[in-house]
Order: sequence, then structure tokens, then C-alpha cells
Amino acid sequence: MDTRPLETAAEPGGLRRIAIDPLSRVEGHGKVTLLLDDDNRVRQARLHIVEFRGFEKFIEGRPYWEVPVMVQRLCGICPVSHHLAASKALDRVVGGWPVPPAAERIRRLMHYGQIVQSHALHFFHLASPDLLFGFDAEATRRNIVAVAGAFPDAARQGVMLRKFGQEVIRITSGKRVHGTGSIPGGMNRAVDAHERDALRAELPQVLAWAQDAVELARRLHDNLPPRYADFADTPAAMMSLVGRDGAMELYDGVLRVREADGRIAIDGFDDQHYGELIGEAVKPWTYMKFPYRRSLGPDAGWYRVGPLARVQNCDFIPTPRAEAARQAFVAAHGGRPVHAVLATHRARMIELLHGVETVAALLDDPLILGGPLQAEGPRRPSGIGIIEAPRGTLIHEYDVGDDDLVTRCNLIVSTTHNNQAMNEAVRAVALRYLDGETITEGLLNHIEVAIRAYDPCLSCATHALGQMPLAVSLRAADGRVLDHVLRSSTGELLRDAPAHDAEAAQ
Amino acid sequence: MSAAAAPTPVRKLRVATVSLGGCFGCHMSLLDIDERLFELIEKVEFDRSPLTDIKTVGPCDIGLVEGGLCNAENVEVLRAFRAHCKVLVAVGACAITGGLPALRNHLDVGDILQSVYARVPDDPELPLPLNRVLPIHEVVQIDVALPGCPPPADAFWQLLQDLIAGRAPQHLPGLIRYD
Ligand code: SF4
Repeated sequence: MDTRPLETAAEPGGLRRIAIDPLSRVEGHGKVTLLLDDDNRVRQARLHIVEFRGFEKFIEGRPYWEVPVMVQRLCGICPVSHHLAASKALDRVVGGWPVPPAAERIRRLMHYGQIVQSHALHFFHLASPDLLFGFDAEATRRNIVAVAGAFPDAARQGVMLRKFGQEVIRITSGKRVHGTGSIPGGMNRAVDAHERDALRAELPQVLAWAQDAVELARRLHDNLPPRYADFADTPAAMMSLVGRDGAMELYDGVLRVREADGRIAIDGFDDQHYGELIGEAVKPWTYMKFPYRRSLGPDAGWYRVGPLARVQNCDFIPTPRAEAARQAFVAAHGGRPVHAVLATHRARMIELLHGVETVAALLDDPLILGGPLQAEGPRRPSGIGIIEAPRGTLIHEYDVGDDDLVTRCNLIVSTTHNNQAMNEAVRAVALRYLDGETITEGLLNHIEVAIRAYDPCLSCATHALGQMPLAVSLRAADGRVLDHVLRSSTGELLRDAPAHDAEAAQ
Repeated sequence: MSAAAAPTPVRKLRVATVSLGGCFGCHMSLLDIDERLFELIEKVEFDRSPLTDIKTVGPCDIGLVEGGLCNAENVEVLRAFRAHCKVLVAVGACAITGGLPALRNHLDVGDILQSVYARVPDDPELPLPLNRVLPIHEVVQIDVALPGCPPPADAFWQLLQDLIAGRAPQHLPGLIRYD
């Protein structure tokens, strides 16, 4: 199915616009717009990310040691990923890479705790209503509250799994959201033995819940009505970090790219040279960039990251229960690469189980209770840190001057890697389920179901004003003009000084 | 696990939540009440929220607003919240002061867009960024502020208990944070 022509309608004039706005049960804000002709044929379908916060820019000029704490505010759902990716980049700047073993273990513990909490949040709190009640269930039922009513055990497991992951983060960083444990060159705290023991006591129950979650995701996927068997099946290359031995590895490793047909295209690629592998393209209708493999170019070079990519990109998972679940996943699909996006949920729960198993092993490691926590060495002017965040590969890169101030910052967040893949999924669903139909709320939710499978983290911003005004002025409650912007006929944003003054004078 | 034939409860309070220019960390901290969530939903129901599929805010008792104002749509949504919510709560550092995103305020938004994107995204579907990130009280009146980045889960819990009981929110020491 060639969906590419749907990116931009040949004749947008006269088409009817439908917006899904805001996307809900995803983190952050985005929207989907569809353009339909008189016969309800889909002519254009786009996922827009309306977020723009300029982090990369305002981090310039800040002292480097602030950065691991600042960048957490990019995302309250996976703050640990940003905390650690920035730390790993800055470890290199302060000459502290590799960090001492105790610091490395505690960071890993924090990171795998985050995998558990974020995956639990996504599957149970956000995505499960679609799978439990059906894609076109009434909108008022599609939420965690209704899940708690109809499937109390599942809702409770989700809440408790997330709680466990959040507690792992708290005992390693001091706070559940936006802690301060990791610093350039290591950690500033070790784990308290009593807090460790309290979490250890919960492990048998948490492991059982995680195992149940894998089974639930499998069952829900297997029980989907036949018309969803190939839901948003979008073949894509897969990218992730893996261990040098090909193991699933979420904290530190080498980059591997697998083609959609399962062949390994690139392996053992040093993460410090990611810029040779990946470029980024810009499109005027979204604030999210489009990364691509440089060797293939912007049109053909897109790829998928995240659980579905990772579970298939690695050769094995280095914990026994999750590895058994991975093997069952591969066997269920006859060993062929899986590109149906709903399979991502099962992959995500396999990773959650791997997360719990890894946390269990780390809680048994005496190193987390202390030892040398910081390393130092010759300063370097720049550093790159890459980590597998819950949603996929996350890249942080910084240049730091001799005065300790950041001079340049580049971030490629997980969801950005999936930009093209999500747009492809939106178009595939629009063509398969909406084209020529009378559009209902339930049908529109099908599009969101496909986007949700990617668990995108769109963070920030909101929804459209209906007709986009040509001029906006923002007034305080007392009538003062706070801001005034104009959009020119060419689409440029202008800060119109005369209009501003005129408004202010009124 | 649910009590059989409980007496009909009093009307549930209707709560809407939104993230404007925030990071969702405040929403995460609300969910950090953990299993108390099940107790909470006995007493409240959710209107528009990132956790539901209700896309426009309706008449509500409580509106929880995370994040400051970064673009024109944030302003529209905030005004709709003010118009529909009896008690409007500014949640977290971003809503109260603009927070970390306001660090862009000393830069020109056009220059930032230019340097990040080279070709500035300008489709009519994209909301107009504001020149400066603003705290929400610059545009609407707020009734309660819950500081912290994010406010602790117990602060959300205390606030909601107070509002459910019809009390003025008490700001208990230890729950007020300024990180
Ligand atoms: S106050 Fe902190 S936690 Fe809340 S939205 Fe802002 S940055 Fe995120």
C-alpha cells in the first residue's frame, strides 16, 4: 500500500478538513488533520506536532552541571532518560567516562525502574481501554477509570507496577519525578539499604504482575477482531542500541540497524559517531523533525525505534523470563519480522518484564549501596550520550566551552525517530478504515490507536483555534497587551511593532 | 474488592486537567497518589484530561492546569478552562511562573525557530508561538496555586480532599515545595 501521496494532497482547495485535536491518552500534545473530498476519500493525512519549546537553544549559555537536571523538564514521563543521556554526554566532557562501577549500577537501576513505570503507565493507564473495550467503544468509556470499573485487577496491577518503578527511581534519585541523582562523571548518592530491602520484599509479587502483563498483552492482541489483523502494518527498518554481544541493552551499547526484511544492515556502530549515520529533515507543517539514514536519504531512510524495534533487533534478552517471552513472540510470528504496530504492546510488556528482572538483579548487587561514585579526567570540549529510553533511542549532544558554559546542544528524542513511522501508520489506517466511509468518532479513534501504539511523547502545546487567525493579541486581565503576533500571507510570523503599539495605545 | 450495594454517593465532583506548556511531570505526580486513585474515582469523575478522550472542557468543579502559556492555543484552552471551572488551580512551577520553558524569554522566538529548524515551520495548522512564555495568572484569575516541580503527590491528594470536603485548601508545611 503506497501511502506516500497522502502526505500532501495535490489539490487541497475545496477539501473538507477533519481534525483529531488534541490527541488524547498520549503524552504531550499533537493533532491529526485529514482532508477529504466529496466522496469521503482521504486525500491528505498528517500528524502534526505543535510543540515548540526551544530547549536546544536556551540550554546554550547555561553551566554544564545544570544540564542533567534542566533537561528532565523536557518530559515528566521519562525524565530519567534525559537525566541519564545528558549525564552520559557530560561524563565525556568532564573526563569521567566510564563512571565508577557503583555509579554505573545505580544509574542502570534508575533507568530500568523507569522502563517499568513508563511501560506500565502507557499500557494500562493510556492504551488498555482501546484493547479492552474496542477501538470504537464510546469515548466516555475509553479511560483508566472505566478500566478500573470493568477490569479492576488489571487496573490495579498497572497502578502497582508503575508505583514500583517510580519507587526505584525515588530511591536512586531522591524524587519520583525530576530527581537529582546523576551528575557529570557519576552519581551524587548511593542507595539506602533499608529502602532497597523494602523494594526487594515486593519483588515476588511485582514479577508475577509483570509476567501477567505479558500474558494479557498477548491475549488482547490474539483476540483482536480479524479485521485488525494487519492494523497499521507498516514495514520499516529498525534501529536501537544493542550490547556488543547482540543482547538487548537499554543503558549503553552500540547502534544496530536492521532492514524491514530482518537483515542486519549496520552493526556495532559507535554511538559517538551517530551524526554520520543519521540526518534530520524539516517539514513546514510540524515542529517535529524527520530523522533518516544518511546512506538512503530523507525519503527512503526512515526507520522505527522503540519496543517493537528493540525486541526484534536484539539477538536475545539477557534475563530468563523476558527471553522466554521474546522467543514465544518470535515463534508466534513464524520468525518473520513483525511490523503491525499493535504488536508493539506485547513487545512493550516483554520489556517491562525484562525491566523488573533487571531491577531484581541490581537490587541484589552490593555495589548499589556505595563505593566510589565519581570519576574525573582530562576535559573534552564535547560529548554525546545515547540511551534507549522507554520509547526508543534518545540522543543528547553538547559542546562546552572552557568557561563551563554550553555552547551547542543537539537532541534527537525517541518520538522524533518515529515521526515518519507514525505518519505512515496514520495514513495506512486512514486508507484502510476511513477511506470512503462516513467518519465517526469511533473511526477517528482508530487513528489514535495506531499513534498510541508508538507511545509518543509529544509534550507541550495544545490545539487549534479553528480558523487560524491572521493576528493574535494577548491581553492581560486588566486589558494590557502582552503580546501581538501577525502571520503574513507567506506564512511568516511577524512581531508587528506598529500594530503592537497601536493596540497598546488603545 | 468493591463493597456490595453501597449507598448512592453524593454527586461526584467533576475534574478537568490539562497540560499547556508543561512536561506532564505534574500529571505524573498526580498519578503518584498510586492506589489512592481508586479511592479518588469514587468521589470525582474526569472531564477533559490527557487521561480521557474528552477533547473539550465542559462545566467542571475543579480545573487543574499544568504548564505556562507558550502559544496562542494555550491561551484559548486556558480561557475555556477558566470559563468552565469553578475552582481553577495553577499546578506546578510552569503554570505559576512560566517555569523552565520561560528560559527562552530572553531570546527572540523568531531567531530560535530559525536556528533550530533553518526552514521555519509555518503551516496554518501550527499554533502561533508567543513571544514570551507567560504564567497563567497573567491572563486569567486563578483560585489556588500548588507549587513545586512537580508538586508532591501528597499535595495533590490533600488539595483534592479539601475541595471534595468543601474546605478551603490548606497548604500543609512539607507539601509546599519550590524545586
Ligand atoms: S512544573 Fe515541573 S513537573 Fe510540572 S510541568 Fe513544569 S517542569 Fe514539568
